[in-house]
Amino acid sequence: MAHSAPETPAKVTMQSAETRRSHDSIWRGLLPLALGMVLALALQFVLPAIVGQYNSRIVMDIGIAMIMAVSLNIVNGMTGQFSIGHAGFMTLGGYTAAMLTYYGSLYMWGAPPAHGHFLGAGEWMMAGACIVGGLVAAGAGYVVGLPSLRLRGDYLAIVTLGFGEILRVVLQQTSKVIEDPAALKAAKWSQLFPPPVGGAIGFADVPKYTNLFWVYTFVTITVVVAYRLKNSSLGRAMISIREDEIASQAMGVNIARNKVLAFVLAAFFAGTAGGLFAHESGVIISPKDAGFQRSFDYVIMTVLGGRGSITGVMLAASILTALPEMLRDFEQYRLIMYALLLIIMMLVRPQGLFGIHEIWQLWPGKGTRTVQKKA
Amino acid sequence: MADFAQTLMTALAIGSLYALIALGYTMVYGILKFINFAHSDIVVLGAWVSYTLANKILPMLGLNPHNPETAPPLWVGALILLSAMVACGLLGFAIERLAYKPLRRAPRLNVLITAIGVSLLLQNIGQLNYVFGASPQKMPALMPNIDLLRLSLPSGDGYRDVVIGLVDVMIFATSAVLMLVLEYLVFRTKLGTAMRAVSFSTDNASLMGIPVDRVVSFTFVLGSSLAAAAGFLYVMKYPGLNQPAHSIWVLLGLKAFVAAVIGGIGNVRGAVLGGFVIAFVEQFGAFYISSNYRDVYVFALLIIILLVRPTGLLGSPVREKV
Repeated sequence: MAHSAPETPAKVTMQSAETRRSHDSIWRGLLPLALGMVLALALQFVLPAIVGQYNSRIVMDIGIAMIMAVSLNIVNGMTGQFSIGHAGFMTLGGYTAAMLTYYGSLYMWGAPPAHGHFLGAGEWMMAGACIVGGLVAAGAGYVVGLPSLRLRGDYLAIVTLGFGEILRVVLQQTSKVIEDPAALKAAKWSQLFPPPVGGAIGFADVPKYTNLFWVYTFVTITVVVAYRLKNSSLGRAMISIREDEIASQAMGVNIARNKVLAFVLAAFFAGTAGGLFAHESGVIISPKDAGFQRSFDYVIMTVLGGRGSITGVMLAASILTALPEMLRDFEQYRLIMYALLLIIMMLVRPQGLFGIHEIWQLWPGKGTRTVQKKA
Repeated sequence: MADFAQTLMTALAIGSLYALIALGYTMVYGILKFINFAHSDIVVLGAWVSYTLANKILPMLGLNPHNPETAPPLWVGALILLSAMVACGLLGFAIERLAYKPLRRAPRLNVLITAIGVSLLLQNIGQLNYVFGASPQKMPALMPNIDLLRLSLPSGDGYRDVVIGLVDVMIFATSAVLMLVLEYLVFRTKLGTAMRAVSFSTDNASLMGIPVDRVVSFTFVLGSSLAAAAGFLYVMKYPGLNQPAHSIWVLLGLKAFVAAVIGGIGNVRGAVLGGFVIAFVEQFGAFYISSNYRDVYVFALLIIILLVRPTGLLGSPVREKV
């Protein structure tokens, strides 16, 4: 009873601090977002002039790989689950977005090729389609995330792998793309099953809208969300699941909700990345993109970057995307070198590039606010 | 009836191949607790080594390897099978020593990535022009193409011949012998007891004086030679030999792995059961529903079984303690 009196003012200050913090956090989210978009705009106009078209395309690929790796890191790195079906979400989102823009363009403008200039109607349609693709992938993420409540570790990995493989086979059985606007207008809704997305050879003729601005805008959104998540109570709950599931349950963390949420979030971003990928010039999105080989690429990036380290994973995504391109001169030997580098890297630096730290936490004295490293 | 019998025969032959490969996955998982993704590449290597040996040995006997009519005596096939098993066993030993042993105490995800690295390495070394090359080849016939049994069974409104070929029977018999040998090794010998002890608890086993490293190496040799045998038998059944990095090999390995998981990974008998279950679902699904979705049946079955029995058909449930 005696203690209740001093408690009240303390509560009031805490509440006001909380409101202040929530204002802060909006700025902490929006400011980097604005900065990132300015940077993306700068990249769009400056980079091709400096490094040329070919290299800017690699930079675009790096951006897409970053979205994939950073989002996969929410599941694999932060929550400690093990998904090797991430490319499945990507391909699902990609196909959804591609269907929207292709048939949307065909319906509205009578022809699928790119419509409008930079930031024109076509590009906005692509951005919207990417988000819808992300939402569809997120729905799939919910379904795939559900078994994670029952399965642990490698078993979960195999279910996610099964998801990717099933999706690959199902996409192979889709029907031919409708090319004639008149046929499209006459088409019935029942023709959506199986969806007309080109079958085994892939979805060709998707309008090519993806450019550096859009890729890096989505990269910024992904990174800001992932970073804000990592430092939020929700992210801490996820990290606690990674460190010890039973202990974290004992502390009152809702394990089921957090795991599924991690899957849904990661799948959403993977879906948007798939949308960007499908609209990239020189790319024909095809069923084999959903297979596990591509998923492995992203798993490798997250492990190489370090568990839960966003900057580390971004760096790993850049290196691993650029490396095969740089080794292109060696043709036959480039994948051998890639594989050898991978093995050596795992032997000499098993914790990944940055371990669990971000790049600015690597030097001693700079606030090491993350959880202590587990033995 | 005829279709059913024919599908059954195929499923038995394919199932024994899946079982052979699954045994390698399950033994390594039982002991080291990681998915050895490089295992399917050992199968490929077994197939390609058999091809290379066959092309060397057959001309020595005065036979033309490209003529399917002239099959060599059976001991040639046995010799090639044994050499491929020895070669791949040695390779498995080397891989374990060089790539996996330094990571014995590392997080399992790292070992997994290393396994993917080893897999990529083997595939791409195999693709080099002076190793196996990147073009598909045709495996010479090592067994005469005889029909052991030809049955006329009712099919629809008429009768159809059901053929039981020598190749199918040989595949089934060879796998059965190898599996029985393994069963004896694992459950009846001292080495097998040591293997089971290590898989139960590595630390305790080493405290009891079991040489863990030697047991692990032996497991890899055993698993790799079984994989080589599976590779050899696979090209006996399907002589069109795909290039080492072809996705068909990866899928073969993947399905065998699914078989190991369905049976309860770490469980030797479960792997055999899983191999046959997978093959039956795949073959009968492909025949009676649609062959386009044959991979879907396998993975859908996997997901269903894992959801109903999270540790597989014969796996024992693990209680987790704090």
